[in-house]
Amino acid sequence: MENNKSTLIVFSGDLDKAIASFIIGTGSAAMGNQVTMFFTFWGLNILRKEQYVPVQKSFMDKMFAKLLPRGPEKLGISKMNFGGLGAKMMKYTMKKKNITTLKELIETAQELDIKMVACTMSMDVLGIKKEELIDGLEYAGVASYLAEANEAKVNLFI
Amino acid sequence: MNVDKVLDAKGLSCPMPVVRTKKAIDELKSGEILELHTTDSGAFSDIPAWAKTAGHQVIEQREENGVYKFWIQKG
Repeated sequence: MENNKSTLIVFSGDLDKAIASFIIGTGSAAMGNQVTMFFTFWGLNILRKEQYVPVQKSFMDKMFAKLLPRGPEKLGISKMNFGGLGAKMMKYTMKKKNITTLKELIETAQELDIKMVACTMSMDVLGIKKEELIDGLEYAGVASYLAEANEAKVNLFI
Repeated sequence: MNVDKVLDAKGLSCPMPVVRTKKAIDELKSGEILELHTTDSGAFSDIPAWAKTAGHQVIEQREENGVYKFWIQKG
Protein backbone atom coordinates (compact mmCIF):
# COMPACT_ATOMS: atom_id res chain seq x y z
CA MET A 1 0.00 0.00 0.00
CA GLU A 2 1.36 3.41 -0.85
CA ASN A 3 1.90 5.82 1.99
CA ASN A 4 -0.21 8.95 1.64
CA LYS A 5 0.29 12.11 3.61
CA SER A 6 -2.09 14.41 5.44
CA THR A 7 -1.29 17.76 6.99
CA LEU A 8 -3.27 19.88 9.41
CA ILE A 9 -2.62 23.45 10.43
CA VAL A 10 -3.96 23.90 13.93
CA PHE A 11 -4.34 27.67 14.24
CA SER A 12 -7.15 27.64 16.79
CA GLY A 13 -6.67 27.14 20.49
CA ASP A 14 -10.35 26.37 21.10
CA LEU A 15 -11.08 23.05 22.79
CA ASP A 16 -13.70 21.96 20.27
CA LYS A 17 -11.53 22.76 17.27
CA ALA A 18 -8.52 21.09 18.90
CA ILE A 19 -10.58 17.93 19.48
CA ALA A 20 -11.75 17.97 15.85
CA SER A 21 -8.14 18.42 14.68
CA PHE A 22 -6.87 15.48 16.71
CA ILE A 23 -9.77 13.23 15.69
CA ILE A 24 -8.98 13.87 12.03
CA GLY A 25 -5.24 13.54 12.65
CA THR A 26 -5.43 10.26 14.56
CA GLY A 27 -8.08 8.92 12.19
CA SER A 28 -5.86 9.64 9.21
CA ALA A 29 -2.86 8.01 10.90
CA ALA A 30 -5.00 4.94 11.65
CA MET A 31 -5.82 4.74 7.95
CA GLY A 32 -2.14 4.36 7.25
CA ASN A 33 -1.32 7.95 6.35
CA GLN A 34 1.72 9.90 7.44
CA VAL A 35 0.30 12.83 9.37
CA THR A 36 1.85 16.19 10.19
CA MET A 37 0.11 18.60 12.53
CA PHE A 38 1.48 22.11 12.38
CA PHE A 39 0.61 24.26 15.40
CA THR A 40 0.59 28.00 15.00
CA PHE A 41 -0.70 31.03 16.94
CA TRP A 42 -3.41 30.04 19.45
CA GLY A 43 -2.94 26.39 18.52
CA LEU A 44 0.33 26.47 20.46
CA ASN A 45 -1.67 26.67 23.70
CA ILE A 46 -2.74 23.06 23.15
CA LEU A 47 0.91 22.03 23.38
CA ARG A 48 1.80 24.00 26.50
CA LYS A 49 2.81 22.02 29.57
CA GLU A 50 0.22 22.31 32.33
CA GLN A 51 2.74 23.19 34.98
CA TYR A 52 4.47 26.56 35.17
CA VAL A 53 7.94 26.49 33.64
CA PRO A 54 10.25 29.26 34.85
CA VAL A 55 11.92 30.94 31.86
CA GLN A 56 13.32 34.40 31.20
CA LYS A 57 10.66 36.61 29.60
CA SER A 58 9.94 40.22 28.80
CA PHE A 59 7.01 41.96 30.49
CA MET A 60 4.79 41.56 27.42
CA ASP A 61 5.65 37.86 27.06
CA LYS A 62 4.86 37.32 30.74
CA MET A 63 1.44 38.88 30.20
CA PHE A 64 0.75 36.53 27.30
CA ALA A 65 1.94 33.57 29.35
CA LYS A 66 -0.49 34.51 32.14
CA LEU A 67 -3.50 35.26 29.95
CA LEU A 68 -3.26 32.32 27.57
CA PRO A 69 -4.42 28.83 28.58
CA ARG A 70 -1.75 26.36 29.63
CA GLY A 71 -2.44 23.01 27.99
CA PRO A 72 -5.47 20.98 26.88
CA GLU A 73 -7.31 21.13 30.22
CA LYS A 74 -7.48 24.92 30.21
CA LEU A 75 -8.85 25.63 26.74
CA GLY A 76 -12.18 27.33 26.15
CA ILE A 77 -14.74 26.41 23.50
CA SER A 78 -15.37 28.48 20.37
CA LYS A 79 -19.09 29.04 21.06
CA MET A 80 -20.95 29.51 24.35
CA ASN A 81 -17.79 29.52 26.45
CA PHE A 82 -19.24 31.99 29.00
CA GLY A 83 -15.91 32.65 30.67
CA GLY A 84 -15.02 28.97 30.88
CA LEU A 85 -18.35 27.69 32.15
CA GLY A 86 -19.24 26.43 28.67
CA ALA A 87 -15.99 24.50 28.43
CA LYS A 88 -16.68 22.91 31.84
CA MET A 89 -20.17 21.87 30.71
CA MET A 90 -18.81 20.51 27.46
CA LYS A 91 -16.15 18.44 29.25
CA TYR A 92 -18.74 17.18 31.73
CA THR A 93 -21.15 16.03 29.06
CA MET A 94 -18.36 14.54 26.93
CA LYS A 95 -17.13 12.55 29.92
CA LYS A 96 -20.65 11.26 30.60
CA LYS A 97 -20.99 10.17 27.00
CA ASN A 98 -17.58 8.54 27.08
CA ILE A 99 -16.09 10.76 24.37
CA THR A 100 -12.32 10.64 24.09
CA THR A 101 -10.71 13.61 25.85
CA LEU A 102 -8.28 15.96 24.16
CA LYS A 103 -5.49 14.71 26.42
CA GLU A 104 -6.13 11.11 25.37
CA LEU A 105 -6.27 12.17 21.73
CA ILE A 106 -2.87 13.89 22.03
CA GLU A 107 -1.42 10.72 23.59
CA THR A 108 -2.95 8.66 20.79
CA ALA A 109 -1.44 11.01 18.22
CA GLN A 110 1.98 10.47 19.79
CA GLU A 111 1.50 6.68 19.81
CA LEU A 112 0.60 6.79 16.12
CA ASP A 113 3.79 8.73 15.36
CA ILE A 114 2.00 11.83 14.16
CA LYS A 115 4.57 14.53 13.51
CA MET A 116 3.70 17.54 15.65
CA VAL A 117 5.40 20.74 14.64
CA ALA A 118 5.38 24.04 16.52
CA CYS A 119 5.63 27.21 14.45
CA THR A 120 8.69 29.08 15.70
CA MET A 121 7.48 32.46 14.46
CA SER A 122 4.28 32.17 16.53
CA MET A 123 6.38 31.06 19.49
CA ASP A 124 8.36 34.29 19.15
CA VAL A 125 5.19 36.38 18.89
CA LEU A 126 3.60 34.83 21.98
CA GLY A 127 6.91 34.57 23.81
CA ILE A 128 6.61 30.81 24.22
CA LYS A 129 9.84 28.90 24.82
CA LYS A 130 10.55 25.29 23.86
CA GLU A 131 10.79 24.32 27.54
CA GLU A 132 7.15 25.35 28.01
CA LEU A 133 5.86 22.98 25.36
CA ILE A 134 5.38 19.22 25.63
CA ASP A 135 8.19 16.88 24.58
CA GLY A 136 8.51 15.21 21.21
CA LEU A 137 7.79 18.26 19.05
CA GLU A 138 9.60 19.51 16.00
CA TYR A 139 10.17 23.20 15.39
CA ALA A 140 9.79 24.75 11.95
CA GLY A 141 8.30 27.45 9.77
CA VAL A 142 6.16 27.99 6.70
CA ALA A 143 8.51 26.37 4.17
CA SER A 144 8.59 23.09 6.09
CA TYR A 145 4.82 23.09 6.23
CA LEU A 146 4.45 23.81 2.52
CA ALA A 147 6.99 21.15 1.60
CA GLU A 148 4.86 18.61 3.47
CA ALA A 149 1.59 20.00 2.11
CA ASN A 150 2.86 19.75 -1.49
CA GLU A 151 3.19 16.00 -1.07
CA ALA A 152 -0.05 15.51 0.86
CA LYS A 153 -3.52 14.77 -0.43
CA VAL A 154 -5.38 16.16 2.57
CA ASN A 155 -4.41 19.60 3.89
CA LEU A 156 -6.61 21.27 6.48
CA PHE A 157 -6.57 24.60 8.28
CA ILE A 158 -8.40 24.56 11.57
CA MET B 1 -14.70 -18.68 10.01
CA ASN B 2 -11.34 -18.84 11.73
CA VAL B 3 -10.96 -15.81 13.95
CA ASP B 4 -7.38 -15.04 14.94
CA LYS B 5 -8.08 -12.15 17.28
CA VAL B 6 -11.12 -10.53 18.92
CA LEU B 7 -11.15 -6.81 19.70
CA ASP B 8 -13.69 -5.42 22.13
CA ALA B 9 -14.05 -1.71 21.34
CA LYS B 10 -17.47 -1.31 22.93
CA GLY B 11 -18.14 2.04 24.57
CA LEU B 12 -15.38 3.81 22.66
CA SER B 13 -16.18 6.85 20.55
CA CYS B 14 -14.76 8.15 17.29
CA PRO B 15 -11.87 7.91 16.40
CA MET B 16 -10.95 5.19 18.90
CA PRO B 17 -12.69 2.19 17.25
CA VAL B 18 -10.69 2.85 14.10
CA VAL B 19 -7.46 3.55 16.01
CA ARG B 20 -7.77 0.37 18.11
CA THR B 21 -8.69 -1.69 15.04
CA LYS B 22 -5.60 -0.42 13.26
CA LYS B 23 -3.40 -1.36 16.20
CA ALA B 24 -4.99 -4.80 16.48
CA ILE B 25 -4.63 -5.56 12.78
CA ASP B 26 -0.98 -4.43 12.85
CA GLU B 27 -0.33 -7.42 15.12
CA LEU B 28 -1.86 -9.90 12.67
CA LYS B 29 -0.30 -11.53 9.64
CA SER B 30 -1.69 -11.06 6.14
CA GLY B 31 -4.79 -13.22 5.62
CA GLU B 32 -5.60 -13.49 9.34
CA ILE B 33 -9.00 -12.40 10.61
CA LEU B 34 -9.92 -9.87 13.27
CA GLU B 35 -13.32 -9.87 14.91
CA LEU B 36 -14.34 -6.43 16.12
CA HIS B 37 -17.16 -5.41 18.46
CA THR B 38 -18.11 -1.74 18.77
CA THR B 39 -21.09 0.30 19.91
CA ASP B 40 -20.22 3.43 17.92
CA SER B 41 -22.95 3.72 15.28
CA GLY B 42 -20.61 5.69 12.99
CA ALA B 43 -18.34 2.66 12.89
CA PHE B 44 -20.79 0.89 10.62
CA SER B 45 -19.64 3.13 7.78
CA ASP B 46 -16.25 3.99 9.23
CA ILE B 47 -14.78 0.51 9.50
CA PRO B 48 -15.45 -0.37 5.84
CA ALA B 49 -14.06 3.04 4.77
CA TRP B 50 -10.99 2.49 6.91
CA ALA B 51 -10.49 -1.04 5.59
CA LYS B 52 -10.77 0.10 1.98
CA THR B 53 -8.15 2.83 2.47
CA ALA B 54 -5.82 0.75 4.60
CA GLY B 55 -6.02 -2.23 2.23
CA HIS B 56 -7.96 -4.75 4.32
CA GLN B 57 -11.22 -6.58 3.63
CA VAL B 58 -14.42 -6.58 5.64
CA ILE B 59 -15.71 -10.10 5.15
CA GLU B 60 -18.87 -9.66 7.15
CA GLN B 61 -20.59 -7.04 9.29
CA ARG B 62 -23.81 -7.11 11.26
CA GLU B 63 -25.61 -5.52 14.17
CA GLU B 64 -26.63 -7.55 17.22
CA ASN B 65 -28.51 -5.79 20.03
CA GLY B 66 -26.78 -2.45 19.47
CA VAL B 67 -23.36 -4.02 19.03
CA TYR B 68 -21.77 -3.71 15.61
CA LYS B 69 -19.70 -6.73 14.70
CA PHE B 70 -17.12 -6.90 11.95
CA TRP B 71 -14.89 -9.61 10.59
CA ILE B 72 -11.89 -8.09 8.89
CA GLN B 73 -9.23 -9.92 6.93
CA LYS B 74 -5.82 -8.35 6.92
CA GLY B 75 -4.62 -7.44 3.41
